[in-house]
Amino acid sequence: MSAPRVTFTREGVRRGARAAVPLVIGTFPFGLVVGVISDAKGLSLLETLLMSALVFAGSSQLLALDLWTEPAPVLAATLAALVVNIRMAPMGAALAPWLDRLRGVRLWGTLATLVDHSYAMSAAEQRRGGRDAGYLLGVGLALWAFWLVAVGLGHVFGAAVRLPPGHPVFFAAIATFCAILVPVWQGARRDLLPWALAAAVALAAWRAGLPPPWPLLAGALSGAALGAWLELRRA
Amino acid sequence: MTLRPDVLLAILGMALATYLCRAGGYALFRALRPPRFVEVALQHLPGPIFIAYVAPALAAEGVKGFAAAAVVVAVQALTRNLAAAIGAGVAAMWLAGMLA
Repeated sequence: MSAPRVTFTREGVRRGARAAVPLVIGTFPFGLVVGVISDAKGLSLLETLLMSALVFAGSSQLLALDLWTEPAPVLAATLAALVVNIRMAPMGAALAPWLDRLRGVRLWGTLATLVDHSYAMSAAEQRRGGRDAGYLLGVGLALWAFWLVAVGLGHVFGAAVRLPPGHPVFFAAIATFCAILVPVWQGARRDLLPWALAAAVALAAWRAGLPPPWPLLAGALSGAALGAWLELRRA
Repeated sequence: MTLRPDVLLAILGMALATYLCRAGGYALFRALRPPRFVEVALQHLPGPIFIAYVAPALAAEGVKGFAAAAVVVAVQALTRNLAAAIGAGVAAMWLAGMLA
């Protein structure tokens, strides 16, 4: 008995792109927010689109923009991207049944489009018995294209309206993360203590006057470590 | 349509770091099995990341920030609609600003 062959076809890419369209309802407002904040932080439309095209990871863009300074905080922004996006490291590993069959630009190019949604959709497709790795690229490419449109529109809107600092609209950035936390929550038993520690450590570091991204780093890493420790102790 | 060298450098740094996470994670996990603790900790990372971002940001906003955050979480939990949740949070902040 031979293992079913994994393929990579144009049809798979097209099917992935079609499957991604409903997701846009959720990601589009996020892109608008990133565009508005990019403008508020003084990035030009070209700089905003370049960041969105090359980084293509909304939460890390938002975090980096939050600690944006003049001149640009090269080290802090890079660190913020590393910390926020490290969550994507295990996603590629989970998709190994597909990725292990790809070579060269198909493998490393497809990985460049990997985001939370394309991972989740592809993991589901794999469980259904899907064998076409083009699906992963299709979802990623469609989300990437819509992402650029949304961020661009947000920037144009922000530049046209010229919102003063402290305007309620800027709460959208924080609100986005509060909303994202809801589906991430998997119950008090797993998440309550790690999340509480993350909040406490981040607040303590912030009160102590540590500059970004250190409160974020300290809180995120201590919370994740406690979560892992508790889970392994229960196992 | 400006592209300043310092901004470009920051963008390239972010892009490189992000690609390392996307592709380097897969490459590393393929080459060697990470310790179990690291694997489990990575699964636990998303929640603490966003909490650690949100907590100081809300503390800086004060009571109205926490109230607006509660509105966002409630609307997201009820509607599962990101746009509705963000909109409700901004509206709550705007209302709180009018009342203050």
